[in-house]
Amino acid sequence: MAYHSFLLEPISCHAWNKDRTQIALCPNNHDVHIYKKEGNGWTKTQVLKEHNGQVTGIDWAPESNRIVTCGTDRNAYVWTLKGDVWKPTLVILRINRAARCVKWSPKENKFAVGSGSRLISVCYFEQENDWWVCKHIKKPIRSTILCLDWHPNNILLAAGSCDFKCRIFSAYIKEVEEKPAPTPWGSKMPFGEVMFESTGTAGWVHGVCFSESGNRVAWASHDSTVAVAEGGKTAVITSLSSETLPLLCVTFITENSLVAAGHDCYPALFVYDGEKGTLTFGGKLDVPKQSAQKGLTARERFQNLDKKATSDTKEAVLESLHKNSISQISILQGGKAKCAKFCTTGMDGGMAIWDVKTLESAMKDLKIV
Amino acid sequence: MARNTLPSRFRGLDIDEYDENRFVDEQDEAAEQQGPDGAEVDALLRRGEMMTAFHIALKNPPINSKNPAVKERAQAVVLRVLTSFKSSDIEPAVKSLDRNGVDLLMKYIYRGFEKPSDNSSAILLQWHEKAFAVGGLGSIVRVLTARKSV
Repeated sequence: MAYHSFLLEPISCHAWNKDRTQIALCPNNHDVHIYKKEGNGWTKTQVLKEHNGQVTGIDWAPESNRIVTCGTDRNAYVWTLKGDVWKPTLVILRINRAARCVKWSPKENKFAVGSGSRLISVCYFEQENDWWVCKHIKKPIRSTILCLDWHPNNILLAAGSCDFKCRIFSAYIKEVEEKPAPTPWGSKMPFGEVMFESTGTAGWVHGVCFSESGNRVAWASHDSTVAVAEGGKTAVITSLSSETLPLLCVTFITENSLVAAGHDCYPALFVYDGEKGTLTFGGKLDVPKQSAQKGLTARERFQNLDKKATSDTKEAVLESLHKNSISQISILQGGKAKCAKFCTTGMDGGMAIWDVKTLESAMKDLKIV
Repeated sequence: MARNTLPSRFRGLDIDEYDENRFVDEQDEAAEQQGPDGAEVDALLRRGEMMTAFHIALKNPPINSKNPAVKERAQAVVLRVLTSFKSSDIEPAVKSLDRNGVDLLMKYIYRGFEKPSDNSSAILLQWHEKAFAVGGLGSIVRVLTARKSV
């Protein structure tokens, strides 16, 4: 488990390049910093300054090597590498509130931006005008879109929103792609069609993720629940109310296992059983430091009782690797089907890289199916 | 749960009412939810059958109901049951509930905190401690984020 503390400020968002040698992140200000891995450390190679507001989303397209960033200044920029310098291209999103999240589609010919204007902007490049054009998905979104994830077929888009729902929309743009084949989520997919809408959970949907096959979607909600929906004639939703603080980000690491992390500062494993329709907590994926157990003297016990009304020996220090909420999780190796490494960044300005094999051997009853 | 403590009586108009894009909660049917049966619960308490009274009190919570009277009645019934438990019996009672039951109990406990009376807070705090041990921080978060509560 490697942990690197980049800065003291929270990392708002991050994205990795294709071979995972460079990371682009936003240190809670208007810039994007690009760090390159040198030996055991990270050196800052570039600073991309264009946004006028906090950068809320970064995504790095692996094949075409373009970075898209979006911010609270209601803009998105697509950055292309010209020689050694990243050159921005403005994308007019036509929104009147902050942009919150951005994701390249799997084929990298479009990207989607979720915003506080209660809509999703799906942007694609128009060759004739040499310009990025966007189309809006408005209905039936009632509040800010917090998170997005694309289905592997490049058409369906899952969106988690502050109106307590996770929805799957069709983002089919006829100018750039062919008509899609039917999926378990439906066969007719005109632009903006709602293929699935969740029911049951209350609480903002902070993180959403499609599985590798695209047949399952998982989301984490502010009422401390994680839910998985399986596509089909009628989508089957299974949810788990956890005893922890709300989770902020979730990702599939195999077709049946999810890793989610949030305000509790450690990633947790959840296992979904499609046959039985159950979602269970698999374990805490944090290797705690073995703190020496000191015995308390009678005097210390009395003091504790006086100060804190309890003679508990637990200290008020977080034992997890991250010292503050984890806000984003990304897969480094192995894809969503057989993830070998994943990375988490959080409000403590640190980035941790987790190795799945090491975790499996460290925690004895952890089983990643 | 949170109450505005600053004076706001000078505000004559609620402008949020007139916003076209106002978020309106889904209207669910409230047909079956009349709250627990007060008379039945009383009878069981008199007979000393605490656990049964407890489980019955937690049935039919008026979650979707818009009628405040129904909610008040349900709250009163549950509070009566909770206060008539002995301290040592609280833990097994909480253990006998499932996940949703613990969440519901937490909702009633916090509702009870809103209007403290006599000794209710002390007993409710004991219930809270035991329910927290089972439900964890998640159950409290669910009380805070619930759009439809008891």
